[in-house]
Amino acid sequence: MDLTVLLVSTIAKIVFVLAVTVGVFAPLLIWAERRQSAMIQDRVGPSRAGVRIGGKNITLIGLLHPLADALKMIWKEDFVPPNADRFLHAIAPMLTVATAIAVFAVIPFADTLWLGHGGDYLIDLGRGRMCWKPELGASCAQAYGQGTAIPLQIANLNVGILYVFAIAGTGVIGAALGGYASDNKYSLLGGLRAASQMVSYEVVLGLTLVGSFMIYDTLQLDQMVRWQQEHVWGVFVQPVAFFMYMFAAIAETKRVPFDLPEGESEIVGGYLTEYSGFKFGMFFMSEFVEIIALSAIAATIFFGGWHLPFLTEHGFELAGTMFHLPHGVVVGIQILAFLLKVVVFIWLQLMIRWTLPRFRYDQVMSLCWKILLPLSLINIMVTGIIVLMVG
Amino acid sequence: MTVRVKVIDKPEQTLMEKSYVPEIAKGLGKTMQRFFQNTFGSQESKRTATVRYPEQQREYPERFRGIHRLTHRADGSPRCVACLCCSTACPAQCIYIEPAEYEPDDPRYGYERYPAVFVIDELRCIFCGYCVEACPCDAIRMDTGMHMPPSTEREHFMYDKETLMSIPGKDGTYQSANPRHEPGDPTHPGLDREQGH
Repeated sequence: MDLTVLLVSTIAKIVFVLAVTVGVFAPLLIWAERRQSAMIQDRVGPSRAGVRIGGKNITLIGLLHPLADALKMIWKEDFVPPNADRFLHAIAPMLTVATAIAVFAVIPFADTLWLGHGGDYLIDLGRGRMCWKPELGASCAQAYGQGTAIPLQIANLNVGILYVFAIAGTGVIGAALGGYASDNKYSLLGGLRAASQMVSYEVVLGLTLVGSFMIYDTLQLDQMVRWQQEHVWGVFVQPVAFFMYMFAAIAETKRVPFDLPEGESEIVGGYLTEYSGFKFGMFFMSEFVEIIALSAIAATIFFGGWHLPFLTEHGFELAGTMFHLPHGVVVGIQILAFLLKVVVFIWLQLMIRWTLPRFRYDQVMSLCWKILLPLSLINIMVTGIIVLMVG
Repeated sequence: MTVRVKVIDKPEQTLMEKSYVPEIAKGLGKTMQRFFQNTFGSQESKRTATVRYPEQQREYPERFRGIHRLTHRADGSPRCVACLCCSTACPAQCIYIEPAEYEPDDPRYGYERYPAVFVIDELRCIFCGYCVEACPCDAIRMDTGMHMPPSTEREHFMYDKETLMSIPGKDGTYQSANPRHEPGDPTHPGLDREQGH
């Protein structure tokens, strides 16, 4: 592939992912969290922040609140405790937010985009350059060389999902460092709690997905989606794993009912106690980006990623009739489908967050080590037996 | 004396309850139902208890105590006779009155007084309504249904006689619903300084 195309497309993809996650989804999530909780609790919700245009106060149903939040956080005093480690104190929120965003590098948001070709005949299965339509035969391999393929995924790593776990594991360091560097006993305790909780749930998070790798026979996320496109969505072959993944994912984001690292009555703000201004804002944002990341992974692995039922490479296929769509439109629909699935998962996570009361710390740990871990191991064993039997 | 301890048995939980999953689903169902009802439901089925305050205001109860007003007589003078009952009753001591006598040729001379100065410090006022209760002439009322207009100047909250008389009641009038019987009116009970009690 041309180096310029590679560079431009990669930068475009990075900008797209950053714009979608940090620019659109994270502020929307802050808004949705307030607004949704208001709806659940029979309130109106925030609607004060507004722009005055021509004497009318435009509030856009509270959508400007995240903007006001960002402005507030930028202008607030950035306080560092006198005896704190200034360097570690500053680097902890950066680590947290950077790792949260870095997860998106391997998440595919649509099928391969073909440039310089109609794309009508080209189907790249990635593995062995197979043709979707056998009647095209040899011409398929020929056509393969003509267009420019742009995988809509920033980095198609062959370790795929393992990279996600590695990066998510690095997120622990941010929380632990923040607690350690603040020179505050509450921060330290909160950081320890965050670290132990995240390390524990990372084990479960990884093991719940092992069953899926065994079935999909790959670690690359785009190949997992292609498997689901050919067969069936992952949630139907790994239902138990999906439920456990949701538990572990919520625990991993450290939100209610698993928000043990913070606790007003016990350890004040946990590792966030000594953070203010934009450093706090980064921790705040990383929490929301993590929700988006884990929702995106859930959508990719269990709900077919960009795949929509009846949508093929060439358009919609319903009961034998085809509605032909241009290649660009199909890819656009795939991106929208993927984002819609992510939104649904985010909505579900918020719903859970506003439904359940928080656990006690020992309950969180015993849920992880005594229930979820054995269950995920059993799930792997059963999946292995079935995979062996089916072939 | 022995300490009596009442032992309360833990409620029995079935296996389904102990597994939490169905219970969580039930709870989620409840919050989701409320979420959809309040977000997408018809206006009648919404159960939202709060309002968007400045744009959307609730109606105050009929006896809501707003800022004070001094009621007028038919000739436009205050009904107040400067008896100092309100300033005496006021627990916040926010009412200041300087009584004055009418001119000797006035029919009310020697019969009643009028307030030369009548100032209410609305910042000190606690809106208890005791002044309204204490007033024998229905001269001070809190039926305006209004809040104090906001200001950054302390002086703006010292409401003098003219200000208090310029505020209408909720019905828009400056009078009071209770009629006043001036000396000389046919409805006047006939008790005045000349005729004696």
